[in-house]
Amino acid sequence: MYQIEKARLGELFARIAASGELILPVENNGTSQYGTWTPEVEVRLDRLNTVRSAKDCFFPQTENLMGFQMKGKEISIIDQRKPCEPFTVFGVRACDAASFGILDRVFLSEPVDTYYQSRRLAGTIVTLACGEPEETCFCSVFGIDAVKPGGDVSCWLTEDTLFWKSLTEKGDALTEKVKDLLTDGDEAALKAYQEKISAIHEKLPLKNLSLEGFNGDATEALFDRPEWAELSEACIGCGTCTFVCPTCQCYDIRDFDTGHGIQRFRCWDSCMYSDFTKMAGGNPRLTQKERFRQRFMHKLVYYPANNDGIYSCVGCGRCVAKCPISMNIVKVIKTLGVKNHE
Amino acid sequence: MQRVIEIIKEKAGKLLADGTVDRVIGWKDGEFFYDPTPAVFSAGELENLRYDSFCGANVSKYLIAETKKEGKILALLKPCDTYSFNELVKEHRVDRDKVYVLGIECRGKADINKIRDLGIKGIESIEELPGDELLVHTIYGDKTCKLNDVLLEKCLCCKSKTHVASDDLALTGEPMPEAPKDRFAMVAKLEMMTPDERFEFWRGELSRCIRCNACRNVCPACSCLKCVFDNDASGVASKANADTFEENMFHIIRAFHVAGRCTDCGECSRVCPQHIPLHLLNRKFIKDINEFYGEYQAGADTTSRGPLTDYTPDDVEPSIVMKRGGDQ
Repeated sequence: MYQIEKARLGELFARIAASGELILPVENNGTSQYGTWTPEVEVRLDRLNTVRSAKDCFFPQTENLMGFQMKGKEISIIDQRKPCEPFTVFGVRACDAASFGILDRVFLSEPVDTYYQSRRLAGTIVTLACGEPEETCFCSVFGIDAVKPGGDVSCWLTEDTLFWKSLTEKGDALTEKVKDLLTDGDEAALKAYQEKISAIHEKLPLKNLSLEGFNGDATEALFDRPEWAELSEACIGCGTCTFVCPTCQCYDIRDFDTGHGIQRFRCWDSCMYSDFTKMAGGNPRLTQKERFRQRFMHKLVYYPANNDGIYSCVGCGRCVAKCPISMNIVKVIKTLGVKNHE
Repeated sequence: MQRVIEIIKEKAGKLLADGTVDRVIGWKDGEFFYDPTPAVFSAGELENLRYDSFCGANVSKYLIAETKKEGKILALLKPCDTYSFNELVKEHRVDRDKVYVLGIECRGKADINKIRDLGIKGIESIEELPGDELLVHTIYGDKTCKLNDVLLEKCLCCKSKTHVASDDLALTGEPMPEAPKDRFAMVAKLEMMTPDERFEFWRGELSRCIRCNACRNVCPACSCLKCVFDNDASGVASKANADTFEENMFHIIRAFHVAGRCTDCGECSRVCPQHIPLHLLNRKFIKDINEFYGEYQAGADTTSRGPLTDYTPDDVEPSIVMKRGGDQ
């Protein structure tokens, strides 16, 4: 375990950036967004969450998959994959760090998604413990410890010191590059900080949210519950919850006619959109109630059914904070769960 | 003195009891007080109805769907919401006969993001105190702020405290807050910029767009049954941007589409997860319309012709674009 003075973080960032892109939360007109570090950007490690999650670093909103070129009657396929250069994501919160495991189960299962895989292999994740959690946080409900945030390297930022602890081979490699900037870490000081912030996490209002009643076998019990109508009543069918979500992984694949060929790309899709399940035979989800239900059933029932009981929510609270009509997964869990009625 | 919610519940209760309406659209409680959700209530459910400084959501657009159902609905509309309502009635999107409008008093609505911007974190609940003061209970201790310091953008430029559509009113008679600031101040500032500076400003703001469509879906003027951008057959349906300028164009096109019909209700900016000041695009159109065609407020009535759907011999010539545009 190592440490560095907070005042010297600029040096640390410069060193990391010297060997590949460094992506971290930066200021953008009053919001925080993951962006590339340069000496000019204003780094925001004080804000808890970026608007968009760290998922963007591995699963961007849009990306080209392949191109098609026509010459006479010949069609050639152009492989547009490029080797992904090594990069580092710094300041990832425990919730977002946990989301990568959920995305991995989708994209790294056979058939492997090579676009996602190349970024995962190239990326080193440096996490940051949450010293000032928000009321919208409920990661502990999913077994995530925001005091020990995981990743390749875990960091803790106190008022004057950044503590640095490598957890993986990738983390060791990164540590090696910055080692001369670091000094041996004060274990006792780190422990004291961890205890201090653990006490804050104990006070979070959603920490006792019970997931009882939600599991891979709950489809029959939950699917036709009458409460879905009321829960979805005010939903405006926008994609905010899905696009700020670190675990939403649905995408659409489309072809774009460039005039001199075809560009096949993929982009995030949202189950909240009316054409999400549109297919040749029609659309099985005709109303917003069905679309709304799908999102929460996927996170709390269908994904666990296919992934050893793991939920595909990490409790980051972005959807709780961002929904235009303040309807969210917490309200769904409280309404339909077994044990949440005070 | 009666609080406004008590007046609302009393009036709504009577209207439900005598059969004038069979349901009420308003707001119900959230988790943390600052997050109520629009909701429809039947007789016997009114105890869950709430109305306070955090009920900023404009419920008038829900009336498109609600008036397609049987029966009559009581709509709780703030003064600014009644402009949206009138515009929807004018455009034949809402059946006026199926709505009983209870105009409700509004002292301005709070923006939770502005409360967070004051450094207030971990908000468990909020209490409204006399004198428009908010007592915020947080896991880091209690904090206070003034409602006036955390108003939604739309409330900073409140267009009126008077309801332009109502069948009855729920007012306490208490004095109202002071007159709002000039809503065109920022637009004027943007107009003074060089085209390059202005381009830079909008690129900076619009580049954050994640194309979630919250602005469009919440907009009472965006009431097309099928938006052209959701229609595969249109050739312009685009969940993804082919280049980084495309998202910018989406907002500009949308602003054109609602020009002359936008009441400046401010919902687009309120719901934007990326805090893009979308209302400035609409206000630019409103300002231009005022200058070219005379003062006009969309939604002020249900019968007048909109300036862009009307013709008078005094209308501005298209060449005005040449005079005002370009480098100058």
